[in-house]
Amino acid sequence: MFSSCADPKTLEGLSWLVCYLTSGKHIDFYWSFLTVLTLLAVTAPVALTFGFGGAMAARSHVAPVRLVGKTYTAMVRGVPDIVFFLFFVIALDQGIEWMKHQVVCPDWTQPIRQGLEFRVCPEAKVPSNSSAQIWHQLYGFALAVFTFAIVFGAFAANVLYGAMNAVPRAQLETAESYGMTPRQVFRRILVPQMWVYALPGLSNLWMILIKATPLLFLLGVKDIVYWARELGSAKTQAYAYPHPDWRLWYFLFLMVCYLLMTRLSEIVLNKLAKRLNHGQATAAGEAMRRTAQ
Amino acid sequence: MTCWETIGAYAFRSLGFGEKLLPRTDFTLCQQFTLIGSGLIWNVYFGALALMLGFFLSNALALSKASHKPWARKPAEWFIFVFRGSPLFIQFFLAYSALVMLPRGGVDVLGLHLPTSWMTSAWAGALFVLFLNTSAYAAEIFYGALMSVPKGDLEAAEAYGISGWAKFRRIQWPTMLRLAWPAYTNEAIFLFHATTLVFFSGFPAFQQRGDALYYANYFADKTFNPFVPYPIVAFYFILLTGTLIGIFGLVNRRLNRHLPSNTRSKIRLRPQLIR
Repeated sequence: MFSSCADPKTLEGLSWLVCYLTSGKHIDFYWSFLTVLTLLAVTAPVALTFGFGGAMAARSHVAPVRLVGKTYTAMVRGVPDIVFFLFFVIALDQGIEWMKHQVVCPDWTQPIRQGLEFRVCPEAKVPSNSSAQIWHQLYGFALAVFTFAIVFGAFAANVLYGAMNAVPRAQLETAESYGMTPRQVFRRILVPQMWVYALPGLSNLWMILIKATPLLFLLGVKDIVYWARELGSAKTQAYAYPHPDWRLWYFLFLMVCYLLMTRLSEIVLNKLAKRLNHGQATAAGEAMRRTAQ
Repeated sequence: MTCWETIGAYAFRSLGFGEKLLPRTDFTLCQQFTLIGSGLIWNVYFGALALMLGFFLSNALALSKASHKPWARKPAEWFIFVFRGSPLFIQFFLAYSALVMLPRGGVDVLGLHLPTSWMTSAWAGALFVLFLNTSAYAAEIFYGALMSVPKGDLEAAEAYGISGWAKFRRIQWPTMLRLAWPAYTNEAIFLFHATTLVFFSGFPAFQQRGDALYYANYFADKTFNPFVPYPIVAFYFILLTGTLIGIFGLVNRRLNRHLPSNTRSKIRLRPQLIR
């Protein structure tokens, strides 16, 4: 990055450290923080949407829809989420290729599962073999985001389902007695009021989501954990910047970053809760009223 | 190979008994069920031991967090903050890379030679991390419960002349445990779920002795078919979760036995934590 870093073997002390920390691989490492933040920024709204859909389905009056919703919300309870992470990434990948295979090469006669192999016609590969490396990485990232969204959507569905049930029944009955249709009651009364009940659960979920981001590494995305391992491992004299095993310091750095992120979120979410609870007919709102007196 | 022979060969494979080589071709459903079940031994080992040891540390931490003296409160607060605020996955990596830095040959303390190499193996290192982690989460739960012990109970105790240690042992602590139990059950369940991370986080699976998810991942990689091994893991974990809820439910019943049935706290499974 700097011109003085052209020959790192001659450097010493602080200038060595500066050059080391701005080497090309380290720049990649810093960019991978953006990967994590992107994951958070994309997953949170998508998962919330999934959760909303799941909660609505679980409340539905149509039995099959309700069953789907209940199954979706129940799925995360008994099984470790990491199983879902590992499962969905392969399953989604194979599912997409299988569907594309059905469309692109309908006259393919060989079976798709040949013993230990999953073989679709070459045109159905996603992304196609000829496409650039960046597309492969993006596809991998998109699959990871979608997987996160499915799993966290199920968590969010649980929270939102509980919150929808927590809205006082009298509120909905009043709206019905004014002649609102079920859809109007849902949109005008239920949804605006449920957020204050959902907030504790959703903030908990946000913390969990932050703490689940290192699992990206398991899904094959080059995230901060990947780079910390890569950069921290011992480097021999063959490398430009030889150093012993420094993984401990890299992971310590990651840990501090995560602690900062969770602490910051906690402060912001507490502020938000205060604002939402203000004037609400709940225990928290009542406590605020008392202290204000 | 019949299914019984497979069970004989692989039932304790995760502990190093039985067949040395894992199956390489012609994977049967029986093999997958047996090996993954064998791996579950490790999940139970990690979960059960960490939970039992963690119970004591978490109680101590909850008490010191509730203390008025800063020298007792601050360390507990920091401990809980660090372990609850950072991902378990990073904690595993961090602990492993710290443990491998210990001198290979062991250390000499006051003339005693202490071997250190065993600490980098999963059964010790990962257990240690899980123990500290669950202690922090449980301590927060117990602390919350300790704070919500009804004021009237304590005043009644003092009116009867029960104070100090006796008050704590006979009134405060049992009530804290009772109030915390549903949340603690959740914590236990998600601790067992978290044990699946161990062999994905730096700790090596010596001679391919891994946990349930390790073997499931092995099968999924080899057969390129995720639709069999992962549902098997899911099946085993649902069983495990059910068993846990059963056991904790019994304890819960005992803790609530003096209350009228409509005021007892029920265990409700709430997805709380991925760490």
